[in-house]
Amino acid sequence: MRRSRLNGVLWGILGVLAAVAVWEGYKAIGPAEGVVVGDIVILPRTTDIAMPHTWDVLARLFEPVTRAAGADVLWWAVLQAAAFSLGIAALGWLLGVISGLALALLMQRWVTAESAVLPWVVLSQTVPLIAIAPLVRRWGSEIEIGSFQWENWMSVAVIASYLAFFPVAVSALRGLKSPPAADIDLFRAYAAGWWTTLLRLRLPSSVPYLLPALRLAAANAVVGTVVAEVSIGLGGGIGRMIIEFAATASGDPAKTYAPILGAVLIGLVSAGLVALIGMGLKRFRRAEVTA
Amino acid sequence: MAIMRGRASVMTAVAAAGVLALTACSSGDDAETTSSASGDAAPAELTPVSVQLQWLTQAQFACYYSALDQGYYEDAGLDVTILPGAVDIVPIDVLTSGSADFAISWVPKVLGAIEQGAAVTNVAQIFERSGTLQVAFADSGIESAADLAGMKVGSWGYGNEWELIAGMQASGVTLEDLDGGSTVQQAFDMNAFIAGDIDAAQAMTYNEYAQVLEVVNPETGELYTEDDLVVIDWNDEGTAMLQDAIWADSERLASDEDYAASTTAFIKGTIEGCVFAKDDPQAAADIVTAAGSTLGTSHQLWMANEINKLIFPSTSGVGHINEDQWDATVAMALETVNPEGSTIITTEPPETAYSNEYVDAALAELEADGVDVMGADYAPIEVTLNEGGE
Repeated sequence: MRRSRLNGVLWGILGVLAAVAVWEGYKAIGPAEGVVVGDIVILPRTTDIAMPHTWDVLARLFEPVTRAAGADVLWWAVLQAAAFSLGIAALGWLLGVISGLALALLMQRWVTAESAVLPWVVLSQTVPLIAIAPLVRRWGSEIEIGSFQWENWMSVAVIASYLAFFPVAVSALRGLKSPPAADIDLFRAYAAGWWTTLLRLRLPSSVPYLLPALRLAAANAVVGTVVAEVSIGLGGGIGRMIIEFAATASGDPAKTYAPILGAVLIGLVSAGLVALIGMGLKRFRRAEVTA
Repeated sequence: MAIMRGRASVMTAVAAAGVLALTACSSGDDAETTSSASGDAAPAELTPVSVQLQWLTQAQFACYYSALDQGYYEDAGLDVTILPGAVDIVPIDVLTSGSADFAISWVPKVLGAIEQGAAVTNVAQIFERSGTLQVAFADSGIESAADLAGMKVGSWGYGNEWELIAGMQASGVTLEDLDGGSTVQQAFDMNAFIAGDIDAAQAMTYNEYAQVLEVVNPETGELYTEDDLVVIDWNDEGTAMLQDAIWADSERLASDEDYAASTTAFIKGTIEGCVFAKDDPQAAADIVTAAGSTLGTSHQLWMANEINKLIFPSTSGVGHINEDQWDATVAMALETVNPEGSTIITTEPPETAYSNEYVDAALAELEADGVDVMGADYAPIEVTLNEGGE
């Protein structure tokens, strides 16, 4: 067990080193104007503006964001932004998982609901995010119940959940329907009700379908959060940082890569959290099914 | 599920706790800035108003941030919330949906919205001049709009292209004459221009133009200088359109006396902020940086200085809408044909599209207070840009 974990870490480090080697290798031998076929650039330029050295990107992380007095060091600013975005993504993921499961249960319980709802679930994912983001923000700003006031970060969480619920709903439905007819007949023969069948048979057997869906949902929630931040301009997170730093893309190219590293970090942490859930549900994982 | 036990349940609980802890972080602060109560006891009743900017926090909006920081809005009886913009935020939509009391936007963009039915009024024209340039390298052979024929010409689109198209039309250059038959979509950075993918790139004097000057010229090893570049300035070409203006809700102006009073107060505070930024651009730049901008410090100062040039010296008092400039913008909006073959507007805008009533009242109050709203003796400062704008 320990040995395989050590191996995993080694392979992980090797993977990062390989990525760095590919980047630097292409930068060293690739033409400065990029590889162009006809009028189409198929490989990027290798200038320092287009592809800063990896060590420059790393070194930039340890310099302050700006020269302004009291400016944070860059890696700390990125880490704070990443934590902020991860928090919103986690909330979006949670909302998405809950609503996805609820929809799957509804569709499993009533066939009519499945034929009525499933097309809409699929259709919902064809609406571009940039179209709904400003709408969600505007609708949200109308909500005011007592002392509760809708905040922009809630809009971002809702948009993240909008992307996250889809794989959960579809895979959970497949999982809930996965027990073989013989098992269901057995439960029926024991006069087990819908509830009991759900808790003892359908939910456990849906786990192999659900876990990949939770991972997909986590990835979707992160993407949704970052894009929605860009779209509606929520401050404090990685998305906004990407736009802000774009102004220095020519003069300080290494800086623009810092929030991208932050986005990678969010992806890794969220994947790790979902993996923990998977370990908790280990006894239900037999053959895992791709979503 | 009830049969889950032992280590397994612990792991799940840990994961769930992680998620919850992260969720708790997300209730953090927003980028919205509200006026903090300064030392002296403010009058009990401040009217809360909000203003929607058209882009992220940066010195382009130094007037508003300075007014907030220096307490000019508070003095005018307002508790102002500044809402930064974003990629998909259209300020006029935010204003008409009631999510903000005022919006900052360019006139040509809003004229289109007014024709579509938006009931908004330009109550103060903060920028008297246009900040849009078309920038090319000095060795490109481009000197005026007429030279753009056959060139790769960049534009951001989304209503930022009208001065460019009007300028080309005035010089007899159509979009078909350009290399590629249309303008090239430009990103938020100037990489495509520096790499040569764009011969003449759109640039604001206060932002993208400086971005080029913050890059090391590989031929000299020094930063690019203004001598390396040629600019086509739409103010000189005669196709400048009115840019940053304060827009208010026309219907509320007509029906709500308190809102009308707040409008005058908001303009008054804003103009005072502009005067503050004119007199001390460094302080204004620092205020904007403190309000959450991550632009480099020399870039921020450059921006504050360039903004001042767009406002001062003022022809008829900061914010006053000059009829000739308004008419010129409207005339161009009626005549300029975009790539899809349509013009910004097809008929003259309604009379409610602009009003000098509120800005003139604000200017009168400021003059009575002895504030110099003309800036006749204004002289810009010299700003040295550092690499990357630092």
